[in-house]
Amino acid sequence: MTDAVMTDVQTPDQMRRDRAARASDAVRRSLKKRYAAEARFRAYGIGAVGIAMAFIVVLFATIISSGLPAFTQSAITLNVELKQDVIDPEGTRDQSTLINANYRKLVFDTLLAEFPDVTSRRDKRALTAILSSGAAFQVQQLVTSDPSLIGQTVELSLPVAADFDLYNKGVINKGTAESDRRVSNQQMAWFDTLKERGIVESELNTTFFTNADSREPELAGILGAAMGSLLTMLVTLALSFPIGVCAAVYLEEFAPKNRLTQIIEVNINNLAAVPSIVFGLLGLAVFINFFGLPRSAPLVGGMVLALMTLPTIIIASRAALKAVPPSIREAALGLGASRMQVVTHHVLPLAMPGIMTGTIIGMAQALGETAPLLMIGMVAFIVDIPGGITDPATVLPVQVYLWADSPERAFVARTSAAIMVLLTFLIFMNALAVLLRKKFERRW
Amino acid sequence: MSFTFVLGALIILTVGGFYLGRSRSLASAGGTASRLHSRPHYYGYFVALWCGIPTLLILGAWTVFQTPIVEMIVQSNLPERMLEGDPAQMSLIMNDIRNLASGNITSGEITPAVQAAADQYVSLLQTSGLAKFVLILVIGIAAIAYARGKIDPSLRARNQVEKTMMTILIVCSVIAILTTIGIVMSLVFESYRFFEKVSPVEFLFGLEWSPQTALRSDQVGASGAFGAIPLFVGTLLISFVAMCVAGPIGLLSAIYMAEYAPSKVRGAVKPLLEILAGIPTVVYGFFAALTVAPFLRDQGTFLGLDISSESALAAGLVMGIMIIPFVSSLSDDVINAVPQSLREGSYGLGATKSETIKRVILPAALPGIVGSFMLAISRAIGETMIVVMAAGLGANLTANPLEAVTTVTVQIVTLLVGDQEFDSAKTLAAFALGLVLFCVTLCLNIIAMAVVNKYREQYD
Repeated sequence: MTDAVMTDVQTPDQMRRDRAARASDAVRRSLKKRYAAEARFRAYGIGAVGIAMAFIVVLFATIISSGLPAFTQSAITLNVELKQDVIDPEGTRDQSTLINANYRKLVFDTLLAEFPDVTSRRDKRALTAILSSGAAFQVQQLVTSDPSLIGQTVELSLPVAADFDLYNKGVINKGTAESDRRVSNQQMAWFDTLKERGIVESELNTTFFTNADSREPELAGILGAAMGSLLTMLVTLALSFPIGVCAAVYLEEFAPKNRLTQIIEVNINNLAAVPSIVFGLLGLAVFINFFGLPRSAPLVGGMVLALMTLPTIIIASRAALKAVPPSIREAALGLGASRMQVVTHHVLPLAMPGIMTGTIIGMAQALGETAPLLMIGMVAFIVDIPGGITDPATVLPVQVYLWADSPERAFVARTSAAIMVLLTFLIFMNALAVLLRKKFERRW
Repeated sequence: MSFTFVLGALIILTVGGFYLGRSRSLASAGGTASRLHSRPHYYGYFVALWCGIPTLLILGAWTVFQTPIVEMIVQSNLPERMLEGDPAQMSLIMNDIRNLASGNITSGEITPAVQAAADQYVSLLQTSGLAKFVLILVIGIAAIAYARGKIDPSLRARNQVEKTMMTILIVCSVIAILTTIGIVMSLVFESYRFFEKVSPVEFLFGLEWSPQTALRSDQVGASGAFGAIPLFVGTLLISFVAMCVAGPIGLLSAIYMAEYAPSKVRGAVKPLLEILAGIPTVVYGFFAALTVAPFLRDQGTFLGLDISSESALAAGLVMGIMIIPFVSSLSDDVINAVPQSLREGSYGLGATKSETIKRVILPAALPGIVGSFMLAISRAIGETMIVVMAAGLGANLTANPLEAVTTVTVQIVTLLVGDQEFDSAKTLAAFALGLVLFCVTLCLNIIAMAVVNKYREQYD
């Protein structure tokens, strides 16, 4: 074998050159392929980022486009005569008489008067279905607040029922078969007539911001849920902020490095990753069944969410405390401050922006949380706006869940609108956190 | 006496104690603060702590134990005849009394005994509220008087205040441990009661899940089967679909951001990706149910596939999008932690960027990437709202992502939402499922964190 090679005419030097030429030839030939692979790989990366970005755009576009219609509400302007003999035949102006009067009849009669040719009972009922059941309530509110209006004729803008609102917005149209929609052709014709007379208007849906939940989509609002969220967040903040900061201060500034503190540390990291629904089970078993605290109350909801956000706040606070340079502590100690004074007078104020940022982010998480609150019964249908932390309440994300579950088509827009409100709060909180960080961030 | 009112009174009392203590200390030193052991406000804190801590503890304990004790008294005062019924009957009666007392609608007609009990309930609550207020007022004032009496210039107020503060700090850090103990205890305790009714083997390995309990014994499907395998399979199926989405997209975008993206792009895209993690899951659930599921079903009909409108595919896809940032941000970190010298060595040998990434960086960062995947999987398994809104309710043992499956979290929610009694196997099953969920996610997290930490140490 070696003899054969040796007898060849090539010298070792030539061989090396030859091999190099062959190799560089191979390299050159493969380069094109390698560069193509390079470009491809880079394109995969851009594609992945692009898909994620596209999803954000699609998500927001879907929510906004389906939510915007909920901010307007169709209303019919009618001249309602507040007849003395219907509201208060005896003229006593007694409050309970005024409350219990038949306002439905007043409103319905006014609408029926627009269509004198509708006579049969069935047609009448179909016609009056155009008006929302909230219309009578609106007249009741007006009369009870100002009884002197009785006997006069007032021009009122009364909300229409959700299905007709959808028809007015074009969501329901004549394209679908009559049997597949809840608005009949006859009702559509009546509504079109009202439109031609120019008394149907689209106005800003203030009900959505001033009412609590309702079975009627056109009367449902988010104020109740927003109040519930506010109360729950107050409880969460009042518990998790002091406890979280105290725990962080102890672990970072005072704790001896021993087994117990190590266990606490591992424990906090693990708690941060426990599924939120497990916190709900804890709240149900301990707070509600063991301690007998009220179900559906912001108090319990706030306590559960506080336990859930505690790890976030502790971890963020510890990072903020760690970032304060030791020289500050040493200087204060050198001037004779006690260790507690060092912390409360110097370290904590310097770490506060970081702690606040962490707290706001934790609170934003808690505000969007739904699952643990389902466990403790904050999922009930509640029409009253809660006034205290022990009243039954629901919160914004749970309201979204409840409406999303509703078969009523008009709730789709309201769900999206509620999501828009929720996201606005979240964006605001996160922007605040970013701002705090930008303004107070200090590089030592 | 409402809680807020008493709390307000308590705060006023404590603040008052602070000022009383401070002025007393100055007076005792004859107006010269330098004769005092501590600065005057420490004497204020000293009195305030003496007043605030005991009263706050009483208020907390009273609020927690008030309702159970009042209910016990009311229950013991009910006529003998009503007490004889079984526990379920008893809880029904108590519910009526509670509803009557708070002015709600009751279930049945109101007997005089129930009415009397409700009246007693209301009056007991009122008395208890008043007693709470008076007790807190008396103890608060007594504590202020006592602490104020102890003040003299030689009292080491600062040391005492700092010692108390230290105790408070320690108690706060122990709360984190108490939470874990609370979670474990409540899950284990309720699961134990469940396993008294259903054997653990049947629960963990049974293939049939239908948790309805019978109203009548001859009812159809009244057997109540608690085999959780279909739920586990459903959970894994949806998590698998989610990881098929989040894995490649998350990892590729992490690589792009860490190795290719100019810093401007990186600065813009990173927070945008984080938005995905900040959107409430209920929004994803709504999106999955409203947009993605119908879209997939229509596409399926177009292609001749039968896709259920609650398919695992829809829920998994959306969940995958949600967990992209969990994969990408941690992977980004670990890729950045790979030492620059490895890259330079590879470039020096003539490798292109993508070859360096594929042959050098990814193998070096593999443990960290695996850790980030595990954290994402644990997130997917524990995720609730997306599957509650977009996945099915019926237990269905299948590996076909086009069919509807149900998950552990969905079943926990369906079993526990609404009124429930606490001794049926149906509600207790939710806690057993919760225990499984907790254990699995805990194991995944611990392993993932250990892997990531080990990896970090390697290059530190």
